[in-house]
Amino acid sequence: MAELDTSGGGKKGGGKVRTKKASTRVDLTAMVDLAFLLITFFILTTTLQKPKAMDLIMPDKDEKTKDQLPVAASRTMTMLLGANNKYIWWIGEAGKSAPTVEKSYAPNVLRKLLADKSKEILQSTGKDMFVIVKPSDKSKYDNMVTVMDELKIVGNQSRAIVDIYPSEVELLKTDGAY
Amino acid sequence: MPRVKVARKSTAIDMTAMCDVAFLLLTFFILSAKPKVPDPVKAVVPASTAIMQIPETDFAIITVGEGKAFYSIEGDDLRRATLETMSAEYKIAFTKDQINKFVHTENFGVPLNVLPQYLDFTSDQRRKYVQPGIHVDTTKENELANWVLQTRKADQALRNVELRIAIKADAQQDYPIVGEIIKTLQKQHVDKFSLITSAKTVAK
Repeated sequence: MAELDTSGGGKKGGGKVRTKKASTRVDLTAMVDLAFLLITFFILTTTLQKPKAMDLIMPDKDEKTKDQLPVAASRTMTMLLGANNKYIWWIGEAGKSAPTVEKSYAPNVLRKLLADKSKEILQSTGKDMFVIVKPSDKSKYDNMVTVMDELKIVGNQSRAIVDIYPSEVELLKTDGAY
Repeated sequence: MPRVKVARKSTAIDMTAMCDVAFLLLTFFILSAKPKVPDPVKAVVPASTAIMQIPETDFAIITVGEGKAFYSIEGDDLRRATLETMSAEYKIAFTKDQINKFVHTENFGVPLNVLPQYLDFTSDQRRKYVQPGIHVDTTKENELANWVLQTRKADQALRNVELRIAIKADAQQDYPIVGEIIKTLQKQHVDKFSLITSAKTVAK
């Protein structure tokens, strides 16, 4: 789309030779094309959604000191994460209260469960629920992250990831979640 | 009556403004772009509602996928200092060339005794080589513990800040190796660390 040369032709005949008055306009079409091409490239290559970090704070594990505060069993919820997206949970002491098997980590199941139970415990004891998460060897990393995230969503303040006991693995096995 | 003549207009448009905007955007995208480092293994991180940004410095990532652990340190000076102490610790000598290559290596997953050889590889060889992962076993050989410890020490010495550690694991990764890494960190009294997740919104 170059501009037409509108200045008249060369001088005919004699007289002073004048330099042609060149137009100051530059054709920018190609430059704009190139710029937009590069913009498109950079937009497509940059990762817009950067990964986020979820903080995980573990209780200090000091083998020598045993000054841990006991938490009342009545407000403790234990969750065992098993294979195939199954998990079992109970409130109170192991063996005394029957564990419940759940098959879904979906918000409508897990979040509802956590929210309901923490409300119940808050009403009966006046204190926050304490959740112990025990991922088994067959659970997925995703399961653990989901549980921790859901606990954060329901506003739980005290939660911990603890190693699973062999007896609890047996429990998972009998419930068909291992 | 003479015909009304339509004045012939020039088809050329003034593109100066458009060009300006285009280049402004281009500059912005170039400056904000950060070259993406490919992960050594496929690690599709799980989603969570966490909104914390990942820091750019004083940061180390343990990538886990396919049952293997990989390690990466942010910052050239930190990488150099870590390798130097590691080489002294394990009595494995690195040439100057190898150290320089390590400084530009984004992540690695080889045991320390294979590391010099790995660093000598060309980029093509590296791509073909299947990295075995760093030993992480709380009962036996635990090289990862030493890597983390030396990086923390180096960060303390260089900038006097506590190193932040993140675990970037594949969502479908079996839990045990992640558990081992958490145990490894806890042994050094690193009780606070991050899990890298992709963002999701809370579904009501």
